[in-house]
Amino acid sequence: MRSAHEASGAEMVTVAVRRVPLDRSSESFLDYVNPKLQILPNTAGCYNAEDAVRTARLAREALQTDLIKLEVIGDQTTLFPDNEQTLEAARILVKEGFVVLPYFNDDLIMAKKLLDAGCAAIMPLAAPIGSGLGVQNPANLRIMREQLPDATMIVDAGVGTASDAAIAMELGADGVLMNTAIAEAEDPAKMATAMKLAIEAGRFAYEAGRMPKKLYASASSPLTGVIR
Amino acid sequence: MKVFVNGELKDFGSAISLADLITELDLPVARIAIELNREVVRRSDWGSTMLKDEDRIEIVHFVGGGKN
Repeated sequence: MRSAHEASGAEMVTVAVRRVPLDRSSESFLDYVNPKLQILPNTAGCYNAEDAVRTARLAREALQTDLIKLEVIGDQTTLFPDNEQTLEAARILVKEGFVVLPYFNDDLIMAKKLLDAGCAAIMPLAAPIGSGLGVQNPANLRIMREQLPDATMIVDAGVGTASDAAIAMELGADGVLMNTAIAEAEDPAKMATAMKLAIEAGRFAYEAGRMPKKLYASASSPLTGVIR
Repeated sequence: MKVFVNGELKDFGSAISLADLITELDLPVARIAIELNREVVRRSDWGSTMLKDEDRIEIVHFVGGGKN
């Protein structure tokens, strides 16, 4: 895991809050994370606003950070977010001084509401968590980017391989959050390297501004001076 | 005195504080947090917080991932 973290060039690592096993059967995960990485606690596993708020408070007390990746799940099969509960929790947490980074469906109106509530970034999904399907609705991400040019947009969940990450970045994302695509690769450290390159490539392509798509060919060499 | 720790019933002979509880359970103290009856108790208050019968205590730490 450490080598994958290193290879990915990631700046932040997200961790979930769970009960300490009273039989001391597991060691602290954080001992395996490079202390140079910013730890971002999350509310994974919460199914309502109240539990997410409790989890965030515990995380803040343990790690002395105001950062929280807010995740309120609505359904076990899809792990799709419960946008309503997410917004409710976001409002409470912002009021309590948290820096809230919410996971939500790729929906512009929801993004606006989360930003109005005071969230520090928006983190739309690309596809269901752990599905590896890649960006399912590129138009939604592009619209979000165009309509919210100043928002920090992190694509959270659903990338499966490097090209998926590149596409997310080409659409204007500021970053991508991932786990399964790397953790379940046969060679996680190599996949982490691929992701780093894809993120950089996608970002450069976005900044460079891609050519418009056209239906027909257009010659790339001069038409004059061709031998007859 | 009986309290619930992470959902498990624990029986202690005499009244103890949260700090005593952590010592009794021999848990690592770094980067954990404690909730007593759904309210977070600051680390600085662990020593002065005495437990009562039927208290519900959650002691958490951090694990990898963030999705489930």
